[in-house]
Amino acid sequence: MKLLKLVPDNTNIKFLKLRIPFFVLSLVLIFGSWAAVLVNGLNFGVDFAGGQEVRMTFQSRETAPIPSLRELVGGLGYGDPVVQEFGAPNQVSIRVALPAGTENTPGAATAIGDKVIAAIATEYPDARKDGNDTVSGKVAGEFRNSAILALVLAMAAVSLYIWVRFEWQFGVGAMFALVHDVSITLGLFALTQMEFSLQIVAAILAIIGYSLNDTVVVYDRIRENLKKFRKMPLAELLDLSVNETLSRTVMTSLSLFVALIPLLIFGPASLFGMVAAITVGLFIGTYSSVYMAGPLLIWMGVTSNSFVPQDNAADRQDKIARGEA
Amino acid sequence: MLDFPLWKKLSIWGLTLAASLLALPSLFNVAGLDWPAALPSPQVNLGLDLAGGSHLLLEAKADDVRAQRLDNMEETVRQLMRNAKPRIRIGDVSTGDGKLSFILENAADIDRARGLIEPVMQGQTTTREWDLTVVDGQRVVLAQTDAGVDQAIDDAMDSATEVVRRRIDELGTREPTIIRQGATRIVVQVPGLQDPQALKSLLGQTAQLEFKLVDLNALPENVQAGIAPAGSQIFPFAPGTPSEGQSLAVRRLGGIRGESLTGAQAGVDPQNNQSVVNITFDAQGGAKFAKLTTENIGKPFAIILDGKVLSAPNIETAIIGGRAQISGSFTPESANQLAIALRSGALPVPLEVVEERTVGPDLGADSIRKGLLAMAIGSFAVIALMIATYGRFGIYATIALVCNVLMLLGLMALGGFTLTLPGIAGFVITIGAAVDANVLINERIREERIRGRKVIAAVETGYKEAGRAIYDANATNFISGVALFAFGSGPVKGFAVVLVIGLFTSVFTGVTLTRLLVAGWLRKTRPNDIQI
Repeated sequence: MKLLKLVPDNTNIKFLKLRIPFFVLSLVLIFGSWAAVLVNGLNFGVDFAGGQEVRMTFQSRETAPIPSLRELVGGLGYGDPVVQEFGAPNQVSIRVALPAGTENTPGAATAIGDKVIAAIATEYPDARKDGNDTVSGKVAGEFRNSAILALVLAMAAVSLYIWVRFEWQFGVGAMFALVHDVSITLGLFALTQMEFSLQIVAAILAIIGYSLNDTVVVYDRIRENLKKFRKMPLAELLDLSVNETLSRTVMTSLSLFVALIPLLIFGPASLFGMVAAITVGLFIGTYSSVYMAGPLLIWMGVTSNSFVPQDNAADRQDKIARGEA
Repeated sequence: MLDFPLWKKLSIWGLTLAASLLALPSLFNVAGLDWPAALPSPQVNLGLDLAGGSHLLLEAKADDVRAQRLDNMEETVRQLMRNAKPRIRIGDVSTGDGKLSFILENAADIDRARGLIEPVMQGQTTTREWDLTVVDGQRVVLAQTDAGVDQAIDDAMDSATEVVRRRIDELGTREPTIIRQGATRIVVQVPGLQDPQALKSLLGQTAQLEFKLVDLNALPENVQAGIAPAGSQIFPFAPGTPSEGQSLAVRRLGGIRGESLTGAQAGVDPQNNQSVVNITFDAQGGAKFAKLTTENIGKPFAIILDGKVLSAPNIETAIIGGRAQISGSFTPESANQLAIALRSGALPVPLEVVEERTVGPDLGADSIRKGLLAMAIGSFAVIALMIATYGRFGIYATIALVCNVLMLLGLMALGGFTLTLPGIAGFVITIGAAVDANVLINERIREERIRGRKVIAAVETGYKEAGRAIYDANATNFISGVALFAFGSGPVKGFAVVLVIGLFTSVFTGVTLTRLLVAGWLRKTRPNDIQI
């Protein structure tokens, strides 16, 4: 049987030749994402904005009466609701934000939720309530704070780990790669105005862990090569390391891709945003491990001497095993 | 590389088998089969977002605890001063700003007053619950300490949790989860509950029942304007009562609280066919009630529920049997609900629903079906990719993958963890990412072969050199997984659990188990060349 070979052996692609244009592109993407978040804002779901969201199935209809629902719920006096198809054509999600001034009234969200559900049930007897989420302003505020805290702490902790395991330049490189990945994922949510919920924050936290996998693999190879080829110019050495790990990068990305795509297409509608965020984030992560984490090492002046003082017992054993000592 | 001692072989296979077996009861359940009842059956719990049900987060109004304590202190102090021999006269009592302050008419009483009050300043614990200061030698100020308030809130929350549990049990719902969270919150999860409306209104009712004498000296125009005479309080009539919209002035102290009830039943008053609630006092409450009614025959007293007057009948005869009837324009349902609330005891502090999440059973079942379908397709795609790329080594990776999923499920069942909707996404990510270890190892073996190492040396180097990157990559995943776990509640926590346990099972199956398989094959066949 002939085995599939997606990446030929001994590729020699000069990835880092284009490091400056790509780095500029990355910076443009990062700042563009921030601008998108500031201008468009994120479309906060009830988790972060407070208010209520109800999902309903209209059992005796082909399609849900979205315009008249909008009118009905809008007429209750809580402002314009967001009504959209959710899952099948006869299923909808109806979201009503917390009116201004009720952020500190704990019972406000529940009261709104009860009224909205009652109004729809009276008007459309075939509407089946599939679920609802009601979050008060106070709880939503706590979710916002803890989300920001978790993101910042996770990024810092992971970078710190890389610093401890490698060198400070690698830690900074990892940090920038993470800021890049998280910013662009946020930017995408600001552009598409997909609902931003607790699940999306969970997705971003997962991205923080998984997008660094590529960075770690490339870094590990760089460290190995730095000890092996002491005279090689750094750019060349980075290219070598990226090329050597290229088929692994392609295989791993592909296997995650083929696992996640069915979930995106056939999976439950309420997981779509989360899975989309993870899928996109992982690919951005792969890109950033080459074009963000790599060039920064050159500019921060990593040399083959960076690892010599840390030549500990384990490294010496490695060398003995390779027959270099 | 090739030498695996027997004990190592046995423990690797033993661990794999044991953890995988634990997954069987859950798999039987998903497939709709019956797991033999005679066998132990650890099950993966399904989260409310998959099983359907209601999640309510209740928050206590902590400020009410403060105010309540202050009122109680005032009553205690008045009683102590009144009962002192000789009586200590006090005046200008006020309870503003979280403090109780009053003036001794005779400054010489200060030491006696202090001696009487100090014992009640100490709670049951060693915490000092009040600070006593004397201003100008004559004014006594009692301030609540933060520790005292915290202690009081803590106690109130403990008993509130108990009351919530009793009330939910009265509704007959199955297997509710009721947990205190943080300083002032209670999480209630009721699987299978689709419409939490009845539950919410039951929990929203504090059921603080009070009997207080009506202040007959209050001027009606002052009462309607909300101006209470000294020593009195103004309460509005409850909605639905004949006097709705009006208010009533009652004596602030000297009433009876509903905590001394032993029973409450909804019933019908035979005289007018109205719904009523019949209550029974315990011995102490009955005695107090008898005293109150005996001393005030002919005068009206107010029945107050949660700060609203239900009715204010005249006391016609002394009620000494410890039984009473509450009327207040009830419907049969509201009478029944009040009876439940009174039976299960008053909430020591009002609770509000600050978060509510309900999922219908159809949506949950639909999510499981779609999630499993997507997982199956994804797994086949990953397996096909692995076998097409790495041949025999891909088959080993596939065995590892299958064991990985089973072990992950088994360990979740063993630990009693909950599988949530995002948890299903976690499974899919684990399936997609777990093979990364095999990819790293296999690519490294391929590289070492190209460099000219012999088969066994290449495999050995592959496992060794790839191990470092696998370790570091999983460590970063672990860190973000811990952040996820700490951040998340409910569904998100379920996601974190799958990811973190999945890291351990992935590394175990992807590295340790495949290494055993590969070594076994190499030792048996000793190939000169391998296809990878």
